[in-house]
Amino acid sequence: MSAAGNTPGACDPPALRLSGITAGYERRSPVLRDVSLTVRKGEAVGLLGPSGCGKSTLARVAALLHRPWAGTVHLAGQPARGWRYRAPRAQRTFAGVVFQQPRTAADPRLTLHALIAEPLRATGRAVEATDRVGRLADAVGLGPELLTRRPHEVSDGQLQRACVARALVLDPGLLVCDEMTAMLDASTTAALVTVVEDYRARTGAALLAVGHDRTLLERWCDRTVEAAGLGAPDERSRTPRARETTPAGTPASGT
Amino acid sequence: MNATRTVRVYTSVGLVAAVVLAVVFVPLLFPVDEQAVDMAHKLQAPSLAHPFGTDDVGRDVLLRCVYGLRVSLLVGVVAALASTVIGTAVGAASAAAGGRGDRLVMRVVDVFSSVPHLLLGIFIVAMFRPGVWPVVVSVGLTHWLSTARIVRAEVLSLRSRPFVDAAISGGASRLRVAVRHLTPAVLPQAGLAAVLMVPHAIWHESALSFLGLGLPTHRASLGNMIQDARGTLLAGDWWPTLFPGLFLIVPTLAIAGLAGVWRERINPRRRSELML
Repeated sequence: MSAAGNTPGACDPPALRLSGITAGYERRSPVLRDVSLTVRKGEAVGLLGPSGCGKSTLARVAALLHRPWAGTVHLAGQPARGWRYRAPRAQRTFAGVVFQQPRTAADPRLTLHALIAEPLRATGRAVEATDRVGRLADAVGLGPELLTRRPHEVSDGQLQRACVARALVLDPGLLVCDEMTAMLDASTTAALVTVVEDYRARTGAALLAVGHDRTLLERWCDRTVEAAGLGAPDERSRTPRARETTPAGTPASGT
Repeated sequence: MNATRTVRVYTSVGLVAAVVLAVVFVPLLFPVDEQAVDMAHKLQAPSLAHPFGTDDVGRDVLLRCVYGLRVSLLVGVVAALASTVIGTAVGAASAAAGGRGDRLVMRVVDVFSSVPHLLLGIFIVAMFRPGVWPVVVSVGLTHWLSTARIVRAEVLSLRSRPFVDAAISGGASRLRVAVRHLTPAVLPQAGLAAVLMVPHAIWHESALSFLGLGLPTHRASLGNMIQDARGTLLAGDWWPTLFPGLFLIVPTLAIAGLAGVWRERINPRRRSELML
């Protein structure tokens, strides 16, 4: 476990440390085997790989949404003490998650305003909703008239903008973007990446971006990791550990 | 396609409204004793004085149909609501419990489903004196099974949707997810099941009354009337059978039509949800 967060210069605990994660859905056929990955504070890591290689599962484990069979998850230096509902609320909300398909990630009965405000309501901060939702909607480029609509009345791009705003509304220390831009056109992709980067520049939050668009992730992130080397089913015997690459011209260290 | 749909919507809504108005206002406007016997005018064919004719003891068939439909609707609506509440609670609890508890509950549902509803219903009414409430209890207690199955399946499929993951990640408690996200999603289905259950419950009430196990025989009930008219039908007097039969069929079809419209309203959104 030579975690990258222990390198000299980065004295803060890493935002996310996954060590020896083995996870899956069906018994005896793990999707991930003995995977380790570290995202330092303020660092942007891109996780690259084809569909079905387990990268989304790893994102779900990192967000405490999927309980791994083995291994440990540390968020901001604290070991995860539970998964899903059993995770302490502060740990759960430390990671803001943006899912691939905004349609299925949005409760169809909520207006976009209620959708963005929902994490505030769930954590007893409803009084801040009007102010924060307004500012975030502005930041992601949603006009006030869109906020009263429901998911089936807006486009995929507009809905994903709302989902990004929802992921940011609790000021997460780590953003997990699982194929955030897969359903989007180029201009919306650019806009949302800018929103995320503005937020990170302001708060110093870390980023784990999962995707198969190499060009995008290499330009967006400080470094990229091949999911194939992380323990995908066909590669697991060869390289059980992450093979980390640093694209030329990008600073390797986080801010 | 849209035109036929509009016609169906207006026909269903109009018929259901007419039925409700009739059973509420006719007894108010004509406060007669629908059980009063008048042997001087027995078995009269439909005429202006008695549009649906009179039965074998001289009672006006139209008035008795309306009174009978009133009882049937009351039984149908209350029993449907009761069975939907039981079914939703059992289905949601079963899905929430998961694992062994879930399997146990669903096996109990299977066992009850394997007995014909009517047989189980007869068993229950037989334990009480004849009346409206034993019929309500009997129909309510035998018809929550399918609702429980529907609600359980719905909750199970909803629980694994990404929007539940998003809610968890946003700090929502288990209770909040159940109240805020799962219940509103299940309610349209449960409501639809309740509406579809109304005609079914009416038919069960009629069947129990027809068998002599439902309402007391002097009470006007559609099942009782059809039962009473069996002898006169053989003598060629068709009206005491035909009109209660129509009063049974038309409102149930109208309610079923309404449920169909409702289902179509629920489905488009669902389709758009699954499409992408």
